[in-house]
Amino acid sequence: MSVAASGPPQAAFRIDMLWTDERYRSLFIQVIAMMAIMLGFAWLVNNAIQNLEDLGQDFNFSFLWQPANYDINQRLIEYNSRDTNARAAVVGILNTLLVAAMGCITATVLGVIAGVLRLSKNWIVARLMTVYVEGFRNVPLLIWILFIMAIVNESLPSPRDFRGEDGLEAGAIVLTNRGFYVPAPVLENALAYVVIAVAILSIVGVFVLRAWSRNYQARTGELLPEFSTPLTFAIATMAGIAGGTVLGLILFGLLATVFVISSPLIFWPTLFISLVLGIGTARWAATSMLSALTIVVLIVPTVIVYFALGSPIALEYPELRGFNFRGGVWMRDSLIALWLALSLYTGAFIAEIVRAGIQSVSHGQTEAAYALGLRPNRTMNLIILPQALRVIVPPLISQYLNLTKNSSLAIAIGYMDATGTLGGITLNQTGRAMECILLLMAFYLIVSLTISSAMNWYNSRVKLVER
Amino acid sequence: MSGTHAHSTLYVAPEQLEAQPAPPSTTGFLGWLRENLFSSFSNALMTILSIGFLIWLIPGLFDWAVLKSVWNASSLTECREIIRAAHGEGASGACWAVINERFDQMIYGFYPEELRWRPNVAFILLFAAIVPVLFKTMRALFIGLGVLLVAKALFAVYSALTGQAFDILSPTTFVAIVLMALAHFFGGEEHKKRWLILTGFYPIIAYFLLWGGVFFEPVESRRFGGFLLTMVIGVTGIAASLPLGILLALGRQSNLPVLQSICILFIEFIRGVPLITLLFVASVLLNYFLPPGTNFDLILRVLIMVTLFASAYMAEVIRGGLAALPRGQYEAANSLGLTYWQGMRLIILPQALKISIPGIVNTFIGLFKDTTLVAIIALFDPVGLLNPIRADSDWNGIIWELYGFVAVMFFIFCWGMSQYSQFLETRLRASDRR
Repeated sequence: MSVAASGPPQAAFRIDMLWTDERYRSLFIQVIAMMAIMLGFAWLVNNAIQNLEDLGQDFNFSFLWQPANYDINQRLIEYNSRDTNARAAVVGILNTLLVAAMGCITATVLGVIAGVLRLSKNWIVARLMTVYVEGFRNVPLLIWILFIMAIVNESLPSPRDFRGEDGLEAGAIVLTNRGFYVPAPVLENALAYVVIAVAILSIVGVFVLRAWSRNYQARTGELLPEFSTPLTFAIATMAGIAGGTVLGLILFGLLATVFVISSPLIFWPTLFISLVLGIGTARWAATSMLSALTIVVLIVPTVIVYFALGSPIALEYPELRGFNFRGGVWMRDSLIALWLALSLYTGAFIAEIVRAGIQSVSHGQTEAAYALGLRPNRTMNLIILPQALRVIVPPLISQYLNLTKNSSLAIAIGYMDATGTLGGITLNQTGRAMECILLLMAFYLIVSLTISSAMNWYNSRVKLVER
Repeated sequence: MSGTHAHSTLYVAPEQLEAQPAPPSTTGFLGWLRENLFSSFSNALMTILSIGFLIWLIPGLFDWAVLKSVWNASSLTECREIIRAAHGEGASGACWAVINERFDQMIYGFYPEELRWRPNVAFILLFAAIVPVLFKTMRALFIGLGVLLVAKALFAVYSALTGQAFDILSPTTFVAIVLMALAHFFGGEEHKKRWLILTGFYPIIAYFLLWGGVFFEPVESRRFGGFLLTMVIGVTGIAASLPLGILLALGRQSNLPVLQSICILFIEFIRGVPLITLLFVASVLLNYFLPPGTNFDLILRVLIMVTLFASAYMAEVIRGGLAALPRGQYEAANSLGLTYWQGMRLIILPQALKISIPGIVNTFIGLFKDTTLVAIIALFDPVGLLNPIRADSDWNGIIWELYGFVAVMFFIFCWGMSQYSQFLETRLRASDRR
């Protein structure tokens, strides 16, 4: 018996096999798709070239190096109207990043507090938080921004109200309808940089110390000594209360930096909750972040250097001169309104994320940890938080991304962010719509891709390794 | 053994004691208070703070918005005079008269007054087109139109009593009555397919009703405004972004590398830039990319951009649903010999879409809220109308009433959508419980 042929019969290639035969179909579809896309692009580009020619325009970026001829009132770097369009764009970009960073921090604080309180057993508090979350989630952000801008402009006193004998009393921080004035640190001489350097070194030192103490614990099983909870919090609170003075500011800044860097999601809300409300679990979580050695390394050297060098950093307080305040840092009304609106709006979304994250960890996990003999703070840190964070962090970061993109609504209230400078006044003055919008999109794309690659990195780090 | 037992009985009470009622502090209202509001020191503190906040907020707000409000006036100055006359010097109250006077403008924008029945009919038909998609029967349509007609009748009576003109015999009323009858007699599940035909044709009907053409007098789209514009952009974006989003999601999941990378590029690009930049593209840039001489209107360009924007987000939501399906489902579809599209249509997508419903509705809500951004490129949606109204010398200086009204309207729509999504989740989960 002989086998005449092996395998299926080989038919000759026919043209209809391109879309009926599995072997050729996928290639065929892709070639078609590629061609369609390229033709489409060619068509669009061709139209654009044609249109630009008809209008007598060209496509180049030289306008960026021409004087901008407009003023920007809120700025982080030196700028005046004779500077170039490129510098104006940089000022705008920095303003976007400023409001995004401020918004992300406050939105997280608000969101975590609201999310935790929404699960509270306290009926009235839980209902109030539900009202907050639903109210902000279901009304467009633009309306909130305009609304809060109106509140700032209409309900706060104007600088004029502070004038004269019977005027309002201006404190270290002045809230007016033209913006908030806060004290600005002033470096009086070069020695101030030494203090700053020591402060930065001690922040680095804290992290080195923390790594070392973890290592130590891993090797020997011994925990390094911790301050008692009340003392830790007394120090943190004192730093906060003393916020009006230079020393207080330094203390507060050091603590804040370490905690914001080490654990932005957990620290501020938990500190707030534990200070104000005394909720057990939150206090434990916050306590374990502040060990005695941390505080010594963090604060003592800076304070000693500060006084040894004769207090080289002073605070400049806002003062009423004529019709307005001078001195200090002036945060414009538009910045304040945008910041508050973005924080409150995004905070409502974060609250839901946090609530879902906490609810996703089953109660059995807590019970299992107690059964193993873990103390409550260890349970929180080692068992509950890592699992909840895995659920919370990815959507949280995409909320940060949304906040950054939403900050482009600044244009509605005249805050000069990237959209307001590059996509607003520069575009209108130079008429270079295509170049400006391309640059604007590129900026937002870079920010988005950076943030989302950070998210991917985190995701791959905390991913459950399944068998 | 029995000896020890007998011995120990000496210490056991011979009969069971009567069960005592729970202490009064743990039951009833008092118990509820203790349990929910004052269970610990911190809890009590929070309760007191919250109650203090509510006492600070609610009475003042109520006083302003209801007790001292004015509904009929022709200008803000008149409003303030009425309030001063009624409640004394220094009293402040809401001047809802601005809403009363500008209500039509807030709803229709600058749509010609004599043609406003057309958006009304389009809205009612929209309701009729959506109900068969959302619910099993047409009861919701019947009830909704019933409420509408009763409200209209009451309003007609009120207008007659106060001597105002109100035309109850409008085409809207007629269409509402006809649809109500149809919903009542042919509203069962067995007639659902026929209603879905209406849904299929709805975009065409709505286009002719709103823009005119053929039988109707044409209306330029720059006259669209107010919530009419919000609805046009929102509904079109929602309806068009779902199929586009499904295609993009399938493309991103497909094993054809070219197709996949095109979809990824598109989705990531759109998701990486804010909507406002895309709206700028629509308002100043899109015309550059079209053949010379073409010039189609701004609202259409905005619709295209909003749809593209929403479809990228939709694609990611649906991709989540596709990824959540177990691999076995795909393999089962293949092993049954279904082609790719058959398998998708019959096996994969029904399940994947069901999983992604919460995300889809969230995207819808987001899109609906994002329609307000068109105010920035000078379209007159409700937010865009605020400035012209405030610039009017009659209403110069009015703020809270307008923001409040627009915010409440958006809240009703968005909150309604999220409630429906929760209802749908429960309904679909019920089919999983066997």
